[in-house]
Amino acid sequence: MSTRTRTKKAALSKEEREELLELYRQMVLIRHFEQHCDRAYRQDKIGGYLHLYIGEEALAVGFISQLQPNDRVLGHYRDHGYVLALGSDPRRVMAELYGKVTGLCRGKGGSMHFYDKAHNFLGGYAIVGGVIGIATGVAFSQKYRQSDGITLCFFGDGAMNAGLLHECLNMAGLWKLPIVYIVENNKYAMGTPVELHSAVTNLAERASVYGFPSCQIDGMDVLKVREAAREIIHHVRTRQEPYFVEAITYRFVGHGAADITDPGSYRTREEIEEWRKRDPIPNLQHYLLQNGICTEQELEAIDQQAQRIVEEAARYADESADPPLDELWQHVFAD
Amino acid sequence: MATRLFREAIREALIEEMDRDETVFLIGEDIGRYQGTFRVTEGLFQKYGPNRVWDTPISEPGFIAIAIGAAMEGLRPVVEVMTWSFAFLAMDQIVNHAAKILYKSGGACPVPLVIRGPAGPGKQLAAQHSHSFELWVAHSPGLKVVLPSTPADAKGLLKTAIRDNNPVMFIEHPQLYLTRGEVPDGEYTIPFGVADIKRVGRDVSIITYSRGVLLAQQAAERLQQEGIEVEIVDLRTLMPCDWETVFNSVRKTHRAIALHDDWRYCGFGAEIAAQIQEQAFDWLDAPVLRVAGADVPMPYNKYLERAAYPQVDDVIAAVRQVLT
Repeated sequence: MSTRTRTKKAALSKEEREELLELYRQMVLIRHFEQHCDRAYRQDKIGGYLHLYIGEEALAVGFISQLQPNDRVLGHYRDHGYVLALGSDPRRVMAELYGKVTGLCRGKGGSMHFYDKAHNFLGGYAIVGGVIGIATGVAFSQKYRQSDGITLCFFGDGAMNAGLLHECLNMAGLWKLPIVYIVENNKYAMGTPVELHSAVTNLAERASVYGFPSCQIDGMDVLKVREAAREIIHHVRTRQEPYFVEAITYRFVGHGAADITDPGSYRTREEIEEWRKRDPIPNLQHYLLQNGICTEQELEAIDQQAQRIVEEAARYADESADPPLDELWQHVFAD
Repeated sequence: MATRLFREAIREALIEEMDRDETVFLIGEDIGRYQGTFRVTEGLFQKYGPNRVWDTPISEPGFIAIAIGAAMEGLRPVVEVMTWSFAFLAMDQIVNHAAKILYKSGGACPVPLVIRGPAGPGKQLAAQHSHSFELWVAHSPGLKVVLPSTPADAKGLLKTAIRDNNPVMFIEHPQLYLTRGEVPDGEYTIPFGVADIKRVGRDVSIITYSRGVLLAQQAAERLQQEGIEVEIVDLRTLMPCDWETVFNSVRKTHRAIALHDDWRYCGFGAEIAAQIQEQAFDWLDAPVLRVAGADVPMPYNKYLERAAYPQVDDVIAAVRQVLT
């Protein structure tokens, strides 16, 4: 072990070390951000539906770490992790959740409908499967314009059963669109387990018939996600064809923050505890320390910095104004 | 001025806009190699090639969603639906995505999209292919709705639709495709939200659009022989809608009839009647009447079909009623 550690340590360049710490920084930021959202929801500062990304952080962070400036990301309604990993200002993200005019969408989208074009996020979509169609169109435009960009399309295992998915996989395969479809298989479509909603429970296999590659990855290990993402994105960019990824993951919290039946109704506390052993954040922490990549003090500093960012975001959201009432009539039509 | 078939005028608009702007592309079922069910896109695949004219699988939700995503990235897709009756499959894409993305993004993401194709009765296509479609889209904020009645209007309005930065629902009546009319030479566009008085009259205003304009013209010709002067207001676009022209016509004639093929119950005629009574009630000498489709699924038999949507005699009867 000690030999391996030394070898790895010696092999890491300054940039590689910084990349690893950045993965950690982003996952910790998302975790703290989401934990704050959960509290703010209970204080009625956040309304509507709130779907937290706690447990799935490695997916957004690992994939998005491999993107280039012309790439695009679209997601489903559990979308906070994507914008934070893409570098959106956490203050504006929180302000959107608080419904404030300083939010990403001027307080008119809310948790399920983030947009941040400046950071290449072209939307969270609240209709299950809806994102798949729009994202396929974004990839279509990349092909049409012969851009070097690719599109990441994130959705949940429930969307496997939307007809739109299969229509779009077919067209993406026919037209060789540069898109990575990533199903975040967290084992439940709301409260319905995969075994009860999908005739074939290997979702990568189910999506394998459209003329482009598919694979299954461990979505709980950010290093494995990053490694897979690097290869897959390179494949899509250079070969100009789609790729389907089933990422096995787990959410440690209810489907929505308002979910009072979980655990107990459709899954057990024991099952959640078992998956918590695979929590991507302590696991990366363990890796970084074991391999002598950083010190506990550095990790502690990252954690405290993330907490400060979230506190500052919450203060900004609190102090921001609601949209003026004439905002009601704005943006129905574009000029 | 040259004369053109309605479908030729639409095709000309497509060609002019595709030549003018390479972000404009066509996408739909059998529009390329097959050249379109109503031959609106005849020869365009040969002219522009597969990167500008996309034949799709029979997947309305999929290819309409793809067009929306492409539009968000600044392309200008023109989707052909083989008939608007098939757009029901894609109502989630149209109403819950195309119409909402600008608003829910706080103005950040416009969707410059056109969906066009035929809608309406009269071809014995029966219950599942004969819908009028304007109400399904006019009811949703965020969509513009266009229903031209002449080749000249079709061309000018479609060019405006393609340049518009919003989702535009461009609805063509299948009975109009082979009608002929004069089309101005050279470049022109027609703005949305400007109604056109297709015939000036003093006795009664017929407020209509699409095929209704032709029907009203036929009725007006016959009524003229009895000394009744009908004014025909062609709305051309239902969203935005030029209500001021409607009110001005009613202030002059004091009588109004709303005319459309679509079902009467909750049809656009109800909106026309409501707008007139809210804004021009004092000018009315008679209740606003509606001449509209029978509230039944479209039957196949040709006599039953004719009875299910407005004919000239229905319009004439309504004019007589409103004048008594």
